Amino acid sequence: MNFKHKFVFLFPGLFVLIGILIFPIIFTIRLSLSGWNSYTPEMNFIGITNYIRLFTDDPRFWESFFRLSFLSVTTVILQYIIGFALALMVWREIKFKRFFRVIFLIPMMTTPVIMTVIWRTFFHESLGPLNDLLGRVGVEPILWLSDPVIAKFTVIIVEVWQWTPFMFLLLLAGLLSLPKEPFLAAAIDGASPFRKFVYVTFPLMAPISIGAIIIRLIEASKIMDTVFVLTSGGPGTSTETSSFYIYIKGLREFQMGYAATLSFTYLVIMIISLTIIAKVLTKLMIKE
Amino acid sequence: MKTIKTCVTALISALLVFSPVAYADKWSDQFPHIKATGDIPGECSYEAMSKKNYKGKTLKINTHAVPVMGEPTALHAEQFAKLTGAKVDVTHTPAGDLYAKAMVPFQAGQAPYDIVFGFSNFINDWKRYLEPVPKKYVEMKQMKDVTASHIAIASWDGVMYQFPVDGDRHYLKYRKDVIDNPEYQKKYKADTGKELRVPRTWKEYGEMAAYFNGWDWDGDGEKEYGSAEVMKKDDLMYAAFYSRSAAYSKNPKTPGGFFFDLKTMKPLINNPGFVEALTDWVAATKYVPPGGINFGLGDEIGSFGGGQTLFSFSWDDAFVAAMQPDSPINNKVGTAQLPGAMKVWNRSNNSWDNGFNQAPFFVWGWAVGVAKKSKEKEMAFDYLCFFANEANHQADIGIGRFGVNPFRDADFKVDVWTQIGWDKDIAQSYVDTLAQMEKSKNRVFPLRVPGTFEFNAALATAAAKALAGQLSPQAALDEAAKQWEDILNRVGKDNVRKAYSVGVSMEDNKL
Repeated sequence: MNFKHKFVFLFPGLFVLIGILIFPIIFTIRLSLSGWNSYTPEMNFIGITNYIRLFTDDPRFWESFFRLSFLSVTTVILQYIIGFALALMVWREIKFKRFFRVIFLIPMMTTPVIMTVIWRTFFHESLGPLNDLLGRVGVEPILWLSDPVIAKFTVIIVEVWQWTPFMFLLLLAGLLSLPKEPFLAAAIDGASPFRKFVYVTFPLMAPISIGAIIIRLIEASKIMDTVFVLTSGGPGTSTETSSFYIYIKGLREFQMGYAATLSFTYLVIMIISLTIIAKVLTKLMIKE
Repeated sequence: MKTIKTCVTALISALLVFSPVAYADKWSDQFPHIKATGDIPGECSYEAMSKKNYKGKTLKINTHAVPVMGEPTALHAEQFAKLTGAKVDVTHTPAGDLYAKAMVPFQAGQAPYDIVFGFSNFINDWKRYLEPVPKKYVEMKQMKDVTASHIAIASWDGVMYQFPVDGDRHYLKYRKDVIDNPEYQKKYKADTGKELRVPRTWKEYGEMAAYFNGWDWDGDGEKEYGSAEVMKKDDLMYAAFYSRSAAYSKNPKTPGGFFFDLKTMKPLINNPGFVEALTDWVAATKYVPPGGINFGLGDEIGSFGGGQTLFSFSWDDAFVAAMQPDSPINNKVGTAQLPGAMKVWNRSNNSWDNGFNQAPFFVWGWAVGVAKKSKEKEMAFDYLCFFANEANHQADIGIGRFGVNPFRDADFKVDVWTQIGWDKDIAQSYVDTLAQMEKSKNRVFPLRVPGTFEFNAALATAAAKALAGQLSPQAALDEAAKQWEDILNRVGKDNVRKAYSVGVSMEDNKL
């Protein structure tokens, strides 16, 4: 029997892999070495000029990256805490358990752009209902979207609202799959609910927690639609994130070559930083 | 007696037939949009289009989101389809993506759209991908009525690439019921020692706006505010900044460039004139409605048009919206040229020239062209010609949300506006304002050079940082100037200079 034939069956998968993963990355790298823009629409070769510009003359990208780090870490931590709490709540035998499970999932099932438009209307400082309600109890209008600091927290609120259900879903699935024996043993030992959580539930949930946090961090680091619709990166550049900045450079200003440089650099940074974060979380949360 | 009766009957019949209100024809019955005028004879009238046969053909259009320009595009597409048998596909795109949505296929040598809508300042980047408007359309009667300024804006080196469908300029809009109110005039004088009048300068504008900020001055139970302005970074705010800067920086004694010094191509954007304007604008964040720093054009139209503010300045839309019959401030608003300044920067001797200066800004507006690679060019130009025919144009300019504004000499007649319910004095002040701007010899035209988008985006980001308090006005504009230098180096100074010289010639009244 000629076993070489078996390699033929690998080709379809290989072609798909090359087509959807390898080619785009190679094309992005090649594009990043060109000066393609609105007035020079060609794949010319300009060497590492774009990379020099990025590392020596573009503080806005780095500011947007650090802002993104703050937003994504904050939102994911909040989503984890709230999601875990909700999952614990409906994990127990409570009334209307199924109803609550469905209710908690609704935000995730809505379209992010549409919901952000609704949030933007809600937070609109002079025409929105929130400030109107606050005004009725004598509170001065809060600049939800036009104060550089408050606007960041508004973005966080919307992101947490939208994506906590995802965390809730993963953690609930994890809780439901936990073995019963450790809990029975803890009950026999007379452990309080708090001790049960700290010494049994949380450690058992650690692998799932790490997976959920990493998945959400990857997603949160691509935050674009919320910022685009809610604040357009403003006021000033105070809510601008890396992906939004890359979008501006690529599709607003049409600096395709430079946007490719930003995208590739961003990809490398994300791969490195998420690998480090995963290792650190594993070390902190999983005890041998 | 019988003769008199006959004469009266004939006179009444004649009035009924020829009065615009009573005028009706088979086209206005089918297309109520033009019920006020009926079809108006012309090369691209309803009657003329009904004789075309485009059955089996498809016209693809990329236009702005509904309503501004998107709604009239879709409406006229539907009418065009009914008249000619063509199938018309209309795609709606947000303003910020119009440029890229056309440029990506342009650069790839494709034509997914026969017609692309955008802004008139895209002309330099787009012209190589657009089909010049054929001679037969350029020489049409309806085109002869387009003002010289708007023909110049739609053309490059004498070739028309964009079909005129809209005319734009920035001007001041104010609440007449407040500014002309004797009680408020007395109160303002008593409180400030100054006259309450249509502001002549940006400083007066700021003082009045600050005074009328945050209290219920029209008695509707709601707080009103000083000014509604386009301050959102990615929503055309750079145009608002140029409007505020023109009076401080466009010095008729120093021709040769407003944005750059044409000789050296040094950016002028951080000179003391622009810095003064940005300083005023930062102060304006205190008298806009809550959240006003995030107002885009739609918010500005809604805010002023809805009666929330005393002043506004930008395109016509907010004013036309305010004048619509269902507006709470219908016939309570007035117009004037953009405020001026009591000093203007003289870059020749690096000092301020004292004295009143005013400079209208012929801001870019909606523009539309036909893709060179389109296979349906004739149908595409017929559609555009139909879009802008006299009956459609007269109906469109009276609807604020449409974003179609005056660009024809005929639009500068008071009757056009009184027929749609405007008070005569308001209509008069409106057409006077527009006409004065056309006549001005100290005009500013939009930047139309390679990389326009980059220049404007850099300026908008810097100005937005100043408005948000992230940078001082001087530091923000220094940052913008530095970025303009970088863009110049990337694009090539000579490329930009060559293109910029066309705009400078228009500003220096040489074209």
